[in-house]
Amino acid sequence: MPHSKDDRRTPETGCAAIAVVGAGPAGLAAAVTAADHGLDVVLLDAAAAPGGQYYRSPAVGLGANRPEALHHHWRAFAELSARLAAHRDTGAIRHLTGHQVWTVERTGGGDWILHAVTGGGEEAHTAVRARRMLLATGAHERQLPFPGWTLPGVVSAAGAQAMLKSGLVLPGRRIVVAGSGPLLQAVALSLTRAGARVPALVEAAGYGAYARAPGVLAANPGKAAEAARFGAGLAGARVRVLTHRAVTEVHGDERVEAVTVSRVDRRWRPVAGTGRRIACDALAVGHGLVPQLELAVAAGCGTRPGPDGTHAVTLDEQLRTTVPGVWAAGETGGIGGVELALSEGELAALSIIREVRGGVRRQEARRAVALRRSRHRLRAFATLMGTVHRPGAGWSEWLGGDTEVCRCEEVTAGRIRTACEELGAGDARTVKLLTRAGMGWCQGRTCGFAVRELAAAHGTGQDPGGPERRPLACPVKLSTLADLAEPG
Amino acid sequence: MDVVIVGAGMVGAACAYYTSRSGLSVAVVDRGPVAGGTTGAGEGNLLVSDKVPGPELELALLSASLWQRLSEELPPGIEYELKGGVVVAASEGSLATLAATAAGQREAGVEAHDVTPDRLRELEPHLAPHLVGGCHYPQDAQVQPALAAAELVHSASRAGALVRPGEEVVEILRDRAGAVRGVRTNRGELRAPVVVNAAGTWGGDLAALAGVNLPVLPRRGFVLVTEPLPRLVRHKVYAAEYVADVSSGSAALQTSPVVEGTPSGPVLIGASRERVGFDRTLSVPVVSRLAARAAALFPVLADVRVLRAYHGFRPYLPDHLPAIGPDPRVPGLFHACGHEGAGIGLAPATGLLIADAIRGKRPALDLAPFAPDRFDATCPVT
Ligand SMILES: Cc1cc2nc3c(=O)[nH]c(=O)nc-3n(C[C@H](O)[C@H](O)[C@H](O)COP(=O)(O)OP(=O)(O)OC[C@H]3O[C@@H](n4cnc5c(N)ncnc54)[C@H](O)[C@@H]3O)c2cc1C
Ligand SMILES: Cc1cc2nc3c(=O)[nH]c(=O)nc-3n(C[C@H](O)[C@H](O)[C@H](O)COP(=O)(O)OP(=O)(O)OC[C@H]3O[C@@H](n4cnc5c(N)ncnc54)[C@H](O)[C@@H]3O)c2cc1C
Repeated sequence: MPHSKDDRRTPETGCAAIAVVGAGPAGLAAAVTAADHGLDVVLLDAAAAPGGQYYRSPAVGLGANRPEALHHHWRAFAELSARLAAHRDTGAIRHLTGHQVWTVERTGGGDWILHAVTGGGEEAHTAVRARRMLLATGAHERQLPFPGWTLPGVVSAAGAQAMLKSGLVLPGRRIVVAGSGPLLQAVALSLTRAGARVPALVEAAGYGAYARAPGVLAANPGKAAEAARFGAGLAGARVRVLTHRAVTEVHGDERVEAVTVSRVDRRWRPVAGTGRRIACDALAVGHGLVPQLELAVAAGCGTRPGPDGTHAVTLDEQLRTTVPGVWAAGETGGIGGVELALSEGELAALSIIREVRGGVRRQEARRAVALRRSRHRLRAFATLMGTVHRPGAGWSEWLGGDTEVCRCEEVTAGRIRTACEELGAGDARTVKLLTRAGMGWCQGRTCGFAVRELAAAHGTGQDPGGPERRPLACPVKLSTLADLAEPG
Repeated sequence: MDVVIVGAGMVGAACAYYTSRSGLSVAVVDRGPVAGGTTGAGEGNLLVSDKVPGPELELALLSASLWQRLSEELPPGIEYELKGGVVVAASEGSLATLAATAAGQREAGVEAHDVTPDRLRELEPHLAPHLVGGCHYPQDAQVQPALAAAELVHSASRAGALVRPGEEVVEILRDRAGAVRGVRTNRGELRAPVVVNAAGTWGGDLAALAGVNLPVLPRRGFVLVTEPLPRLVRHKVYAAEYVADVSSGSAALQTSPVVEGTPSGPVLIGASRERVGFDRTLSVPVVSRLAARAAALFPVLADVRVLRAYHGFRPYLPDHLPAIGPDPRVPGLFHACGHEGAGIGLAPATGLLIADAIRGKRPALDLAPFAPDRFDATCPVT
């Protein structure tokens, strides 16, 4: 609910038991579980509809009559949506769609104030107050630069999928899918189902590496079955799966006409003389996901580096962060997939209920035990996945000196190298200060991982640094900020 | 080794530049990267306009001329720009105060031109219409601080200086007579008869390693950064009340903004001042007040988006003057820290004065007002 101008400073009256940021699988599961147990919940999400990355619904009126054709686990989502709708009706959940939280603040009394902006041009501000906060802000896609990645026709893999899910548009007719990670398979399959031809799926790692952890695989038969399903689907759609290979060059003047795919060694270094051209009119690339940590960092939560090379929020068994009163679930605590996000969301809600009530009933305790067990199993798989697909240190050898790394500020790999080798930068922050890499519109969300890796590669052994501090999780109009000022 | 400089911020970088050029053999040690301290967290205003006649203004005027020379010697990437400052007044009362300040500054050698409302509009077409006048200071300039520090260190290293980032000084080595003979770091020892404390906001901790008192405190500042814009703001523009804020001794929050465009497009809105220790959380009251004041000066900025907010901790000494020069309490220890909100601007003069003092040359300015032991009477060692 937007506020009249004079009371914008003070958050609306009343204080929810819990504010959940993010209505993806994790946030949704948490919100409905908490509401089922009688807590009053405020659920905020930047998107217009619930679902997050995975259950991104097609925009209304786009004629997608079978959204379930685009993803599995649809039943779980349908059920969560129905519970959400019921709780909205009774007022147990206040669901604020289109609300992007730009920062969080702790009050003297230990409550949290969540500051959100709504609307596009006509930006409005809302502040929500809650006793506790659950961060389920998900992840965004990891990108690695390579020569030609700025050419029109190169799109992000998750972006292509999102375009499909929300608008059902294809980025091209003959699309090469490349990068690393299981997401690529899902994307390739969706693209073929939507009518595109996918001549190749180019994976820089190899799936064989999964076999080196038979125990983890045995504990996750669902994952193996999913892989088999993807494999069969891709074969049926005549998608060639090329492992240990990477797109090292993109050809075309105005837009993509072809790509060069080269073999890469175990460290992801291209092997000379192995390049092969594949004609295509679009390239969808992605290298896995990166947890979105702005709000967690703003709240002061500790983070830790994960096996996939990204940072995630540090959590205990109860999904508590290092800051009292703040929980996290889903990809915020490390990339792990939908099933894990659903389990963690519910588990976090039970943990909050336990704290609010000073205990839980038998049945809930049993449920928590089961959830914790599946969380352990799924986290083990996530660790394996992260290790297998972590970009090898040799990826930077794809880059030419003139390859742009930061697109917003047009900073090339050569300039980053100079900043490290001549000016002594060795961590991401100093590279940013000396080159402007990561200072543009996206604030380093796209290039952050690459810059950190390059700093580590060319620097003199300094610590490349933790997650970026971005005290504003999204751009905010100066007038919106100004309206929050106390008079005088 | 003749000199070990502790700290590779703007001040340490300038000390390294001038000492290595004067023929001394120098090492620069920083526990983090170059410009990783306050230098990488502030703005690059090189102001004479905000200083009243006295030792700090003399330091600023010397620095202004050194900056001009440096801008010719260092690569253009340091983004030095002699853009000038414009101080504006919203009431006749503050305009009169401003005019009186300017008159005093002119006598001390500052170029300052009183400006009518019409002329204000020419200098800055987007200023709010309610302003009653102001003052134009052509000597105010700007630089990109992190790049300037990195280039100074780079230049020093080409002149032979040893640069050691990622190395923390944990002890100051002294001989039996108490004189400095080097430092111990987490990686080993560096022997030298002279140690320069350029540890900025942490200068008090470094002084304590040598057993002496230097009460440097953090004074927090936030800066807002907007999306890139075509050039809307041409000078450094700030309200007349700013000068009073700068010299305030109060721990409470002061927020008269300095608004400026940058060569890369974003407008910077800085900076608040408050003493809250090393609190790193975003303060909504502070950034909203900065935003409100900036929008009041430049109504066109109201619809502009703020992409980023950052903060830093200025190295503050109780009388707002830095500590520059030899420490009479510890032979061989020199201090170059405590420059508060003006360390970028004052760095070259500091570096030159330190180099001269180490070599026993008569310094270009009287160092007495910057004496490092001046607080012993008022602020006893804690
Ligand atoms: C293309 C693609 C295919 C995938 N395929 C599979 C698959 O086949 N199997 C599988 O297990 N997983 C798959 N995944 C991964 C799956 O989508 C995620 O694991 C899951 O969505 C994680 O759920 P979450 O709730 O943690 O985060 P998300 O789903 O990312 O939800 C986070 C939500 O938080 C909101 N948010 C973030 N920041 C803010 C803020 N500051 N203010 C307000 N709201 C905010 C976002 O709008 C979003 O709705 C795929 C992902 C993608 C991108
Ligand atoms: C928001 C804000 C805006 C500002 N705007 C301006 C402006 O416009 N113009 C201006 O002139 N000034 C400005 N300032 C002030 C200016 O940034 C500082 O005065 C200046 O950066 C101080 O430089 P320094 O080299 O003394 O300190 P720093 O840059 O902090 O360098 C000190 C270094 O010492 C190192 N160090 C500390 N202890 C040890 C140890 N034991 N061993 C090894 N290394 C150690 C630190 O790692 C650090 O890198 C601003 C400051 C802030 C916060």
